[in-house]
Amino acid sequence: MAVIETPADAPDVYRWEGNIEELRGLVSERAFSGETMLLNMGPHHPSTHGVLRVLLELDGEQIVNAVPDVGFLHTGIEKTIEAKTYEKGVTATDRMDYLSPLSNNMAFCLAVEKLVDLDVPPRAQLIRVICLELQRIASHMVWLGTHAIDLGAMSVLLYAFREREKVLDMLEMLSGQRMMGSYFRPGGVWRDITPDFKPTLVKFLGEFPRAVEDYQRLLEKNPIWIDRTQGVGVIEPERALAWGMSGPSLRGSGVNWDLRKSMPYSGYEQFTFNVPLGEHGDVYDRFMCRILELWETMRILNQALERLDDSGPFRSDNRKFVPPPRSELGQSMEAVIHHFKLWTSGFDAPDEEVYAAVESPRGEIGCYLHGTGGNMPRRVHFKTPSFMHISSLPLLTQGHFIADLVAIIGSVDIVLGDCDR
Amino acid sequence: MPDIAPPQDPGNALQAAMPGVLRDTHNFREETTLVVAPEDVVATCRFLRDTPGLVYNFLSDISAVDYWPEQERPERFGICYHLLSMLYSRRLRVKIYVAEDEAEAPTMTGVWPGANWLEREIFDLMGISFTGHPDMRRILMPADWDGHPQRRDYPLGYEQVQFSFNAEEIMKHKPLAKE
Repeated sequence: MAVIETPADAPDVYRWEGNIEELRGLVSERAFSGETMLLNMGPHHPSTHGVLRVLLELDGEQIVNAVPDVGFLHTGIEKTIEAKTYEKGVTATDRMDYLSPLSNNMAFCLAVEKLVDLDVPPRAQLIRVICLELQRIASHMVWLGTHAIDLGAMSVLLYAFREREKVLDMLEMLSGQRMMGSYFRPGGVWRDITPDFKPTLVKFLGEFPRAVEDYQRLLEKNPIWIDRTQGVGVIEPERALAWGMSGPSLRGSGVNWDLRKSMPYSGYEQFTFNVPLGEHGDVYDRFMCRILELWETMRILNQALERLDDSGPFRSDNRKFVPPPRSELGQSMEAVIHHFKLWTSGFDAPDEEVYAAVESPRGEIGCYLHGTGGNMPRRVHFKTPSFMHISSLPLLTQGHFIADLVAIIGSVDIVLGDCDR
Repeated sequence: MPDIAPPQDPGNALQAAMPGVLRDTHNFREETTLVVAPEDVVATCRFLRDTPGLVYNFLSDISAVDYWPEQERPERFGICYHLLSMLYSRRLRVKIYVAEDEAEAPTMTGVWPGANWLEREIFDLMGISFTGHPDMRRILMPADWDGHPQRRDYPLGYEQVQFSFNAEEIMKHKPLAKE
């Protein structure tokens, strides 16, 4: 049996003996003779964007095999939701993809609304679209900053986080929290937009194009950036589809698939926008896809802002599923009963199954929901884009250098909370 | 622009091409579910992927559901394959049922390699193993973990209180208490 032995004179802290037999089939045969080196990258490594461990088999500096190991952030969110009523489950979904909590809310709310056949008023859908697109900007700003800093462009991070902060301030106006707002609820949103939200958004949309232009100019034609990203981590459209990639990572390979365009939800069909596509499927094309997506997001936000009325329904008035407004509780006995029922036992959903998917900043977040006929789900399962993207990491990295691995991880934009749930 | 075959109804197409395979069709909120036997699911999915007029080319998700403690169902687990046709912009669910004492299903990695981790997740959390899978290890839980947390009889972070009427049932599903 092949065993990695520590030299006899090594200090005790370095003494580690492991059985590499269990890696047979995952790494090449050359690793067992010692011809290639096995190296752990992570789980504590800044460029793994969280806690991802990748076991690398290296031939010199070249990656022969990469074996991703996930699960360090597994918090059993799906299990937790099984013991909660449908409305309370929304809070748990926030914690999955912590860079775009509203997309997770959306997937879960869509599934619940489909399961109980609940309509959402158009104005609530519009507010949701605005929030989702703002969230996309916030998430892409973190991606841009960390992706750039991984490849040595320090200043982009500082600028990008400044813009992200403005978006988070706006989300705070709506839900009272910067990140985990649980703003979407089955049937609409938690509360109406605040009076200062619209002027802030108008101001932001006036400033933001200039900022994106700056960031784009910093990197787009930068010779070092092009050297590090073009031709790296290439994946062909066929393989990207077979491995379940989605979102900008799939569109970077030239597959024209955006759920907002192809299977619209929440009124996305009323907006005019383009779906930016890549050509070569390398890190640079995925980068450009996301940057161009920011421009499309601004177009959607501008159109949505024009249509948004200052007042109107912000959630469904179906009292069996959505609690009545506070003002009604003093006058209506019915309202008190509904309020009491919804906040104690919640609503019942049929013993059926549904699947709803949304286009998050990273790709397709799908929510499979199976009711019991009672007030808690039997099973919730989230198909998350990061999970699929990390599983295809070995494919993307084979034959590249370690430094390129960092570029590739950044380009598929993984979030480990999204992956491990 | 190449000619695109008109979309077909997946249930009828499957019935015509592979008679006897389709066990049940279920429609709910404009979602179609085709129920097939576990041994037929790989051939079914390959057929749905490669046939013109269907072209379910993308595997969106595989999720398993545990029907415990309902006694009237003969099989305890259901596994749903959520397929997506990018050509016709529609979804389809292919479902199989697996009994508790077998808890095995054929792997889908031959049709879509992306099924690899999705099946590992089901093995880890639900305890259904996939025959022919290239890398059947735990993925989210630690390698030495006891039990499968997503099963309905796995307590949520606390011990279930045993009374005389349910003691036997709880003991049956508690791997640690037996030792």
